[in-house]
Amino acid sequence: MPEANSHHPYAITLDVGSSLANKTGSWRTERPVYLDRLPPCNDACPAGENVQEWVARAEEGDYEAAWRQIMVDNPFPAIMGRVCYRPCETACNRATLDEPVGINSIERFLGDEAISRGWSVVVEAPPTGKNVLVVGAGPSGLSAAYHLALRGHQVTVRDDSPEAGGMMRYGIPSYRLTRDVVDAEIQRIVEMGVRLELGTSVTDLGDALVDFDAVFLAVGAHVGRRADIPAGDSARIVDAVSMLAGLAKGEQPLLGRRVAVYGGGNTAMDVARTARRLGASDAIVVYRRTRERMPAHDIEVREALDEGVRMRWLSTIVYAGADRVRIEKMRLDESGFPQPTGEFEELDADSVVLALGQQADLALVRDLPGVEIADGVVQVDGRMMTGHAGLFAGGDMVPGERTVTVAVGHGKQAARNIDAWLRSATYEHPERPELATYDRLNTWYYADAPATLRPQLDVARRITSFDEVTQGLTAENALFEARRCMSCGNCLECDNCFGVCPDNAIIKLGPGQGYEIDLDFCKGCGLCAAECPSGAITMIRERS
Amino acid sequence: MPVQRIKFYQTGSFAVGNRLLDPDQRSVQADTERTNSLTMGHRACQGCGEALGARYVLDAVMRATGNHAVTVNATGCLEVFSTPFPESSWRVPWLHSLFGNAPAVATGVAAALKAKGRTDVRVVGQGGDGGTVDIGLGCLSGMFERNDDVLYVCYDNGGYMNTGVQRSGATPHGAVTTTTPAGNSFRQGKSLPLIAMAHRIPYVATATVADLRDLEYKATRAMEFHGARYLHVLVPCPLGWRTASSETIQIARLATETGSFPVFEAVDGEVTDVTRIRRLRPVEDYLRPQGRFAHLFGDTPRGDVISSIQAEADRNIRTFGLVETTEVS
Amino acid sequence: MRSQIEGSRAVAETVARCRPEVVCAYPISPQTHIVEALSVLVASGELAPCEFVNVESEFGAMSVAIGASAAGARAYTATASQGLLYMAEALYNASGLGLPIVMTVANRAIGAPINIWNDHSDSMSQRDSGWIQLYAETNQEAADLHVQAFRIAEELSLPVMVCMDGFVLTHAVEGIDVPSQEQVDAFLPPFGPQQVLDPDDPMTIGAMVGPDAFTEVRYLAHAKHLRALEVIPRVADEFATTFWRSSGGLVRPYGCLGADTVVVALGSVLGTVKDTVDELRAEGVSIGVLGLTTFRPFPYDAVRAALRGARRVVVLERALAAGMGGIVTADVCGSVPDKPITTVIAGLGGRPVTKKSLRGLLTDAVADRLEPLTFLDLKHDVVERELS
Repeated sequence: MPEANSHHPYAITLDVGSSLANKTGSWRTERPVYLDRLPPCNDACPAGENVQEWVARAEEGDYEAAWRQIMVDNPFPAIMGRVCYRPCETACNRATLDEPVGINSIERFLGDEAISRGWSVVVEAPPTGKNVLVVGAGPSGLSAAYHLALRGHQVTVRDDSPEAGGMMRYGIPSYRLTRDVVDAEIQRIVEMGVRLELGTSVTDLGDALVDFDAVFLAVGAHVGRRADIPAGDSARIVDAVSMLAGLAKGEQPLLGRRVAVYGGGNTAMDVARTARRLGASDAIVVYRRTRERMPAHDIEVREALDEGVRMRWLSTIVYAGADRVRIEKMRLDESGFPQPTGEFEELDADSVVLALGQQADLALVRDLPGVEIADGVVQVDGRMMTGHAGLFAGGDMVPGERTVTVAVGHGKQAARNIDAWLRSATYEHPERPELATYDRLNTWYYADAPATLRPQLDVARRITSFDEVTQGLTAENALFEARRCMSCGNCLECDNCFGVCPDNAIIKLGPGQGYEIDLDFCKGCGLCAAECPSGAITMIRERS
Repeated sequence: MPVQRIKFYQTGSFAVGNRLLDPDQRSVQADTERTNSLTMGHRACQGCGEALGARYVLDAVMRATGNHAVTVNATGCLEVFSTPFPESSWRVPWLHSLFGNAPAVATGVAAALKAKGRTDVRVVGQGGDGGTVDIGLGCLSGMFERNDDVLYVCYDNGGYMNTGVQRSGATPHGAVTTTTPAGNSFRQGKSLPLIAMAHRIPYVATATVADLRDLEYKATRAMEFHGARYLHVLVPCPLGWRTASSETIQIARLATETGSFPVFEAVDGEVTDVTRIRRLRPVEDYLRPQGRFAHLFGDTPRGDVISSIQAEADRNIRTFGLVETTEVS
Repeated sequence: MRSQIEGSRAVAETVARCRPEVVCAYPISPQTHIVEALSVLVASGELAPCEFVNVESEFGAMSVAIGASAAGARAYTATASQGLLYMAEALYNASGLGLPIVMTVANRAIGAPINIWNDHSDSMSQRDSGWIQLYAETNQEAADLHVQAFRIAEELSLPVMVCMDGFVLTHAVEGIDVPSQEQVDAFLPPFGPQQVLDPDDPMTIGAMVGPDAFTEVRYLAHAKHLRALEVIPRVADEFATTFWRSSGGLVRPYGCLGADTVVVALGSVLGTVKDTVDELRAEGVSIGVLGLTTFRPFPYDAVRAALRGARRVVVLERALAAGMGGIVTADVCGSVPDKPITTVIAGLGGRPVTKKSLRGLLTDAVADRLEPLTFLDLKHDVVERELS
């Protein structure tokens, strides 16, 4: 039998795999090309997090790597996981399929893991010898300090408050953001060598600009906007920002049993919910437009309603007395603007809390040459620099949405530009790739999986304590939630292209290495691109 | 260890590879060491479903048998595009005899192996729908009835594509072929899976190239049985179905999601498992992208034919319980 | 050991001693007794290891044999008549793939009209199928030819058809020396296939071959048949040495030397022809007989040599190529194109070829009174009436 093999019948019997001599790549009119598209979560993140990347690490169960990936852009994962309004989840393509990936809950899980495991960040960059002053120890200032420190600069943060955190400590109620989390995440920044000078007012930026190589200004917006409400002598009218700050400092605000909160923003919700926790039997939000037009985030409104907060939409307070307020009903005109109706009503209220927005205290910069102020905020250029060379600004005191996440993003952006400026260079933001929209995906490949809900404290406990309302995910849940990510626009090494090619023309390079097209054999059918779950392959015409 | 289906709810995606799974649970196709039973350089059309299906099935069989499998192939596209002298794309032992006799040839191979005591080597017969449901049906039925130790795989692309897209017994109702220019009026055609089940053979399953995991599971499961087994795989044909080469998998998926092609498995002639439709869609979604059904949506729309095709899909859904809420009748 | 035994039974027992590993069977008269006997031998364990496969058709039978042979097993089947035609496609395939399958054809007419009786229409219709065709004159030779057939087939990687006349031989009980197991084992080594479906040495068998190589493939097939012309007589010689009797070979001349007239024939009719010729020779007629044992490959040289001295040749055929005449005649003509040849169509559909008829026929032949194409015992009144 063995000698037989040399006698294969001519032409009828062939050697296995001999078709490799036939290079079918010559058939091709189009070729597949791997590309990275911008995932909508990344696109939407005000802090510029590479959300998809850290979710992918979490998906593999490597929580530390995931956390470190967040830390590349944002030093406050545990805080973000509690207070961020989740633009990433709003943008998430998975929402079209079933429900968005619970990015925020994973972030919180990672942030909490980091705190409980004591993960820290080590500055690897050599010291630059440059000194930067950050004015304001809020999210923006601390974010800038963190990013500058990472780049080897010596950073000093000054704030006139006794403790660092800004609005994270003095604005957001503790049932949303526990203070131990704030402490832990700030402490990590301090351990990187950032100098915190608290209880220290900066009064003259001119001196600072001489003493420091650059200054980042992030004093926030802590001045409550006033409204001119006719009021009786004994009326108790309180400013929301001051009240929340006072509470954070341990003061007990005297609001009475019936509290009217005037305004429709997140702060109004914070105040109303806080009032409930302080024992108010009746907390009523008075807002001049409709619920749809409320600036407060929906989740805040929902939680407030859950906790028994009442809402008076289409109403303004026209008079505040000792134990009641008079409100006028409003109607929306064609342009959506509220107009008085002349109908009045009275509500019982022991106090009125004004939550009509905040203003920045711009005393520091008012007289500084070159600094432009418009609409009550400091104007900055694309580099976050004011008109005064070397003076950068960010956070609530510059134009933009006033959220912790936006502020953190400003800090990062400013730090990058300050770093460049200190090196007499210009920071160039990498080109943003094309957005990975839903229609780019092949969602069939994603297993059906609704979002995991985070457990919430029951209402009874919520209104009697400042315990954190929303709990974290368990490790198992966080893992599941991470695995719901569709990796929009970026190869997740799912091997689909490698599998679905009828011509075996995809070369798998191994973990982390991705794939290559074997152009000797690729016929250009386009199956790999069509069946790529994440839309990370495109077809381009062959040049003839 | 018997092969088990993987529950994807907790383990990520249905994609070919799945880095979240243990290596031994990953698909055969994700493995760089896969056999590539049908390797590159073959002359199948761009986006050929049959080339894909054949590699999927045989690679899974090779893994399941520890590379101890031999193949018998009927005449047809698969044979022609893979073995034009002087080049073969097969990397498995492979024999081609005739159009209509692959099941019997496979029986002969199995008989020889049994006589020689080589029961470690398993036999796969394969062919297109023409070779299986039409010209090869006699031999196939004989193979079933004798319960010969052969897995026979039909790659169903609904017609005689190799000879230029003529109608076969598996051509679906309404489809235009070169011998049914006004659309196939022969209704559903032969359901060979049901015919196979009527033989009470140990294992019958259907699958498509759109669900690799399911296909590999079935090819693997089939190798756990001895005796006659039948696997019917839907493999869209861009040429004959007049679809874009990139749509092959998508179209197969629509065939199952509309109920046009029921995916199930049967042991000893009784249905034991059904792949439920994930997102039920009307048959129109399946028909419209295919040029062979374009006449149904032309200047004189054929709502009557579409309704009748929908009725056939509805019957599949009912009979096999393809939708979660539907009881198997 | 010589015993009184039916031809089919003798063939079955002989085949069993050749140790086939796969036998496939589909019933058709007059072949059925052979596979029936084999099924009993397999069931009893006398023939083991062997898979006996009851197929659903002759097409299936040949296909199972193809698969078995390609997988390296010695494969055998038997058929006749319509069954042979039903497997025709597979016959060409088996020879094209070079698979050494051995098959008994119990020769029978082809319908319509349906007719179960003996003639050579079936195997003659497959003369170009690429199979070696051997024709048995007696049941002893039928048995012996099977032993030789496996040797020839496996040495050449070609399938061999052993043709024996249906009923006349298959159902005739006579004294036959069925080769013993020891003898067969000594003569026939185990099957060592030239190529085999094997996971340890994968190859592609049965490629599609286009114009660039098809001619060469066919040329090589022809060359293999030419080689068979050397192998067949050698195997027959070796057989004679082992078994002490003469069977097989290419041709079997009987009194050809110096005979003016030679009758060429195949199969069992040779017995009657020889008897008739014996009588005529006793009466001083210069006449001999040439038996064709091997019809494919056609032994041109052996036939030419045997007919060298003949002044006229009579080819007695049990098949008819309508519109042409004698199938064997055309081939004999190729050997001796310069000699006058007449064709006698005899014994179609089981009509007996009697010594009386033959005697008349040959007397006419010797006197050059024979038409070039003669139908023995034709009922002229019937055909003339039908034709009028």
